[in-house]
Amino acid sequence: MSEKIATRDVYGQTLVELGRENSKVVVLDADLSGSTKTKLFSKEFPERFFNAGIAEANMTGMAAGLAAGGMIPFASTFAVFAAGRAFEQIRQSVAYPGMNVKIVATHGGITVGEDGGSHQSVEDLAIMRSLPKMTVLCPADGPETGAAIRAAAAYKGPVYVRLGRGKVPVVFDQGCDFTIGKGVTLRDGSDLTFITTGLMTAEALLAADILAEENISARVVHLGTIKPIDIDLVLKAARETGAIVTAEEHSVIGGLGGAVCETLAEGYPVPVERVGLRDEFGQSGTAEELLVHYGLTAAHLVEAAERTLARK
Amino acid sequence: MLTDQQIRELEDTARHLRVEVLKMLHTSQSGHTGGSLSAIDVMTVLYYQRMRHDPSNPAWEDRDRFVLSKGHAAPALYACLAGCGYFPKEDLKTLRRLGSHLQGHPDMNKTPGVDVCTGSLGQGISQAVGLAMATRLAARPSRVYTLLGDGEVQEGQVWEATMSAAHYGLGNLCAIIDQNGLQIDGATEDVMNVGPLGPKFLAFNWHVLEVDGHDIQAISRALDEAEAETERPTAIIARTVKGKGVSFFEHKASYHGVPPNDDELERALAALAMR
Repeated sequence: MSEKIATRDVYGQTLVELGRENSKVVVLDADLSGSTKTKLFSKEFPERFFNAGIAEANMTGMAAGLAAGGMIPFASTFAVFAAGRAFEQIRQSVAYPGMNVKIVATHGGITVGEDGGSHQSVEDLAIMRSLPKMTVLCPADGPETGAAIRAAAAYKGPVYVRLGRGKVPVVFDQGCDFTIGKGVTLRDGSDLTFITTGLMTAEALLAADILAEENISARVVHLGTIKPIDIDLVLKAARETGAIVTAEEHSVIGGLGGAVCETLAEGYPVPVERVGLRDEFGQSGTAEELLVHYGLTAAHLVEAAERTLARK
Repeated sequence: MLTDQQIRELEDTARHLRVEVLKMLHTSQSGHTGGSLSAIDVMTVLYYQRMRHDPSNPAWEDRDRFVLSKGHAAPALYACLAGCGYFPKEDLKTLRRLGSHLQGHPDMNKTPGVDVCTGSLGQGISQAVGLAMATRLAARPSRVYTLLGDGEVQEGQVWEATMSAAHYGLGNLCAIIDQNGLQIDGATEDVMNVGPLGPKFLAFNWHVLEVDGHDIQAISRALDEAEAETERPTAIIARTVKGKGVSFFEHKASYHGVPPNDDELERALAALAMR
């Protein structure tokens, strides 16, 4: 897990591969192609790249129109603008008609860092998850991002993919599989289960190591798909370990933690601790400082595990 | 140029479609009367004379596309689609009913012949821009038409889309603005004056035409001129009358979202029959 890769870099490279394989793949951006890495695609396929300028609403509508015309559009910008500013365009022009549009948002979460709270989306997973027909993905690392982008391209219908800005530890093997709607058990355990998404999965693996030294057996389940959530895997974890800790680089309201709690409340209630932002916005700082400040590290996960075990 | 005979036939069709719109809205007792009637003549020329489309094959790839950006004029669209044979006219009685394929606003997944979902103002034109891009990429001969309201152009997204269509030189795109001068809260120039529209589209590097939106020959000629322009998108500002064709509905914002009652339907049908 020493190697680190930015998920957005893998996104850019995967788009180029998809562009070579399928002439229907087109890409849109809103003046952030250097940051979202769609610029790689624009250089190789300039005729299939559409910069919308700083106009996210129209970018989303154009993507819907391109899909209506038989193309497979990938539209990218930062998560705050993709899911926030263009929300109603996603609702009306993409989700409601079930358009084959892939919205790939980079710079999700607080690890955007120095740009501050205005640019750190802590609510995009919740917003997108609430839309009927929408599939929501949040890969853990570089290799899984490549597989998730390919799965999104192969899937017919609207997909929201949340990626990050910084380099994150590699958890998955190169060439790993990604099945929309299926989580992955990365480590087995019997005392509790970490259910995590995005970059928090790497932290959960570290936390499980620390707990193992205290003779606590922690399972780690990674959900690369937030919606549709892998109900079977979540309920299995609850039945077999009896305690859950969720962790996400997102508000604890409405995202992974919300989805897991809804699933457990209806299916198999057990004690849950949700790790994430506690109904607050982020702020400027380095990514590392912010993860510590908001309690999103392996050490915090260990504490959450101990709290949930005490409630068993 | 249309012949006198063609003009007479299209005018007859438009009158018939107005009757269908009024009956449909009277049956549903819900929907938008004024803006459906103002748009009928433009839509008649598009569906009955101009667009390449095949009602027996709604998914024909090379068809021209129509995006009703002012989606609340759905009754006008449904009257055209039924009239052209996309579905039985009998279905028009189900407008806005539970389970009907004729939703309050156009739904591509439910109604044969509807190309995209619209209804939230300002969004249709962006989708039309995307369709025009896809059409050009796929080297299809199709043209893309979109109809907007003159209140709708108060939405900022319309101008984002306008900017992008010119930037990408979409000569296969034609936007028609149904300039009836009224929106639900009153006169467009009183609610939020966005005029003059022609100079605005011109300033955004569009090819701009202004016509009487109830003059069949003028509409047809403008569409010819739009098609002849291949480098730039064309905006046709169609000057229309809200509620056109039924004197007591005309020029009234109060009939924006109000269907005819029994008495109004009877008088309206009588008036249309006399013309």
